Amino acid sequence: MRRVLLPLVTGGALLAIWAIASAADAFPTGTVPSPAEVARAFADALVSGELLEDAISSLYRVAWGFVGATITAVPLGLLIGRSLTTRAALLPWINFFRSLSPIAWIPFAIVWFGIGDPPAIFLIFIATFFQLVVATAAAAAAVPEVYYRVARDLGYDRNATLFDVTLNAILPQLLTALRIAIGVAWMVVVAAEMIAVQSGLGFLIGDARNGMRTDRVVVGMIAIGLIGIGLDLAFARLARHPSLRWGSAR
Amino acid sequence: MSAAADDKPVLALRGVGFDYGAHRVLDGLDLEVARGELVVCVGPSGCGKSTLLGLLGGHLAPTRGTIDRVGQCRTIYQDGGLFPWLTVRDNLATGVPRTVPPDARAAKVTHWLEVIGLREFADHFPHQLSGGMRQRVELGRALAGETDLLLCDEPFSALDYQTRMKMRRELVTTLATTPRTVVFVTHDIEEAVQLADRVVVLGDRPTRIRTTLPLPLARPRLPAAPGVAQAEQTILDELGLS
Repeated sequence: MRRVLLPLVTGGALLAIWAIASAADAFPTGTVPSPAEVARAFADALVSGELLEDAISSLYRVAWGFVGATITAVPLGLLIGRSLTTRAALLPWINFFRSLSPIAWIPFAIVWFGIGDPPAIFLIFIATFFQLVVATAAAAAAVPEVYYRVARDLGYDRNATLFDVTLNAILPQLLTALRIAIGVAWMVVVAAEMIAVQSGLGFLIGDARNGMRTDRVVVGMIAIGLIGIGLDLAFARLARHPSLRWGSAR
Repeated sequence: MSAAADDKPVLALRGVGFDYGAHRVLDGLDLEVARGELVVCVGPSGCGKSTLLGLLGGHLAPTRGTIDRVGQCRTIYQDGGLFPWLTVRDNLATGVPRTVPPDARAAKVTHWLEVIGLREFADHFPHQLSGGMRQRVELGRALAGETDLLLCDEPFSALDYQTRMKMRRELVTTLATTPRTVVFVTHDIEEAVQLADRVVVLGDRPTRIRTTLPLPLARPRLPAAPGVAQAEQTILDELGLS
């Protein structure tokens, strides 16, 4: 109960402060919309179907970028984590690229992929791929040696060792890494959609900014925040699966 | 199995030595373990007992000498050898050879759940069990296969005193119905005397065998039983601790 009620109480308090400040004309004209203006804009965007369409467009791009990064980064991370040679050869460069803000890739995203979904998907991929490689590698390198000794005793071959031991052993940490990465992906999609597309919540915000519609900017922010919470909850729920709970039980 | 194969030692070490870099850990170890024998290697902390088990289990290669092993070998560790993402039932199932068909596998798992007395905990995960229960699962998993040689790396040393005593008794009872060749390492002299057919006393580094002491004593070996205190004293003398 406390986990549901308390956030509602704090949210209500923030809303009240915002409403009182707006009613008292505490903000210079045109800088901060009132809750009523935002509510109206929200209702309009919802009724016209624009908000749902933009949310779906953004989720579509995040899904492609994120899934693409996951299925390429996890195998590479496993390789780097379990092979000292691969680690020595690649890890410094993975860290090099990890340090670059995805914003720095925008010029290349446009030059290489033009406009539309591909550059946005590419930016989300770039923002999450290197992070996931490092997280997977760190988890794979830290798998206790005793599991491998047991696996050898039990006659596991290479494939069984990889899928039944290493993957299972890193799963709790991998899920945490994915949870963080989906948050990053969701942040980056806004930036990505401000450059080369005509849809999505990022586009909604960019478009509202061009029209000086701060109420619509806040509508975009609220939608992004709420979906962000939803994505995070979904991953948090996955991590509570009985076969994964050992990761937090120790 | 033929009588000739039965006569052959399950484990034979000849002049075995092991170095970590320039550091000589084990040296000149000669030891033969007969089928069905329970040999306990006892030695001070840091004398290389775990290294020795790594060599016996084939996880490390000797720097010098040879190790001959007959058949399959499994190790029970002090703690953390179970797969934490599998339930008790599934951990036991990994012990059954992969060639066993599913029905027979399930029957074997049920049998071992009974033997280790954890039928009600079959769907629990290792982190939901006590230390003693976890070690029972380890024992069941190790014995669920066609294991010829069972290696024990201080499996009871992380347990409290009462559980430890109980687990030693359970190991002896289980081995009475499921005979296996066992090499058990421990720093605990009392444990060595309670379990062993033969005690191998190891010295300081570089570790060699100081002496081997056959223990033809009746079981169970309570502390007050005849011969137990004397055997413990002999080992203490050998280790220079009396």
